[in-house]
Amino acid sequence: MSSEPPITVYRLQACPFCERVIRTLDGLGLSYQSRFVEPLHSRRTAVKRLCGVRTVPAIVDDRTGVTMAESANIVEYLEATYGESQ
Amino acid sequence: MTEFDVVTLGDTDHPTVGETVPSFTRPLVTEEFWEDRSLAEIYADSPVLLVFHPMDGAFPSTYMYDTLASRGIDSHAGIKLVGCSISTPYAHAELLRSTEIDAALFSDPANGVAEQFDIVNDLDGMAGISEPRPAVFLIDTDGSVLYDWVASEWPEFPEYDAIADAIAAL
Repeated sequence: MSSEPPITVYRLQACPFCERVIRTLDGLGLSYQSRFVEPLHSRRTAVKRLCGVRTVPAIVDDRTGVTMAESANIVEYLEATYGESQ
Repeated sequence: MTEFDVVTLGDTDHPTVGETVPSFTRPLVTEEFWEDRSLAEIYADSPVLLVFHPMDGAFPSTYMYDTLASRGIDSHAGIKLVGCSISTPYAHAELLRSTEIDAALFSDPANGVAEQFDIVNDLDGMAGISEPRPAVFLIDTDGSVLYDWVASEWPEFPEYDAIADAIAAL
């Protein structure tokens, strides 16, 4: 069994807001598992179940129990939790 | 009676009963999302019926999954049904939506998994494209093969009765 990274990112191909989160994760040296979801908004049931909304990106961080949507919020959370000052 | 021309395929050195399947990681597609998964982490949880099939979007794959579903051979049957073709994750998601099957599908456009299993089917008249031969492997939780079938002609469909028997014997 491979051990899954604690952070899961729900993302879309060619989604600039998703890429922003990925850049932040890479910049902080965090490993993550990518889950690519349906382009069609109404079919993103996995994201809806997790976050209550169907927007991506969304992340689940098993280390802290945080589930979060909206790229600006996610970037802020990641930097606050895993940034240099921590 | 109509005569059908079938192509006879050559011998292969695919994994057979008692041997261990090759390990690989590819995007695994469900109805909700896809993510990189290894075959080994799937069979560690429950026996896997790994089905290699022609590319999605036409009769052969749809008919095969509809037949498996109608016989109850899917992830409800005490096994995990896992397919593999050269189709993209987007095409796999569409295939899953178009059938009743309970399955997850590996996407392998470069056909490297078929190479590892030695079941490559070079497609005549399609430059630069190959895909897996139709093939079925029932894999135990230690990765060993419990049942194997690889097409020896093209076209050819899985032997559904033999698959059901192999699952019943688990």
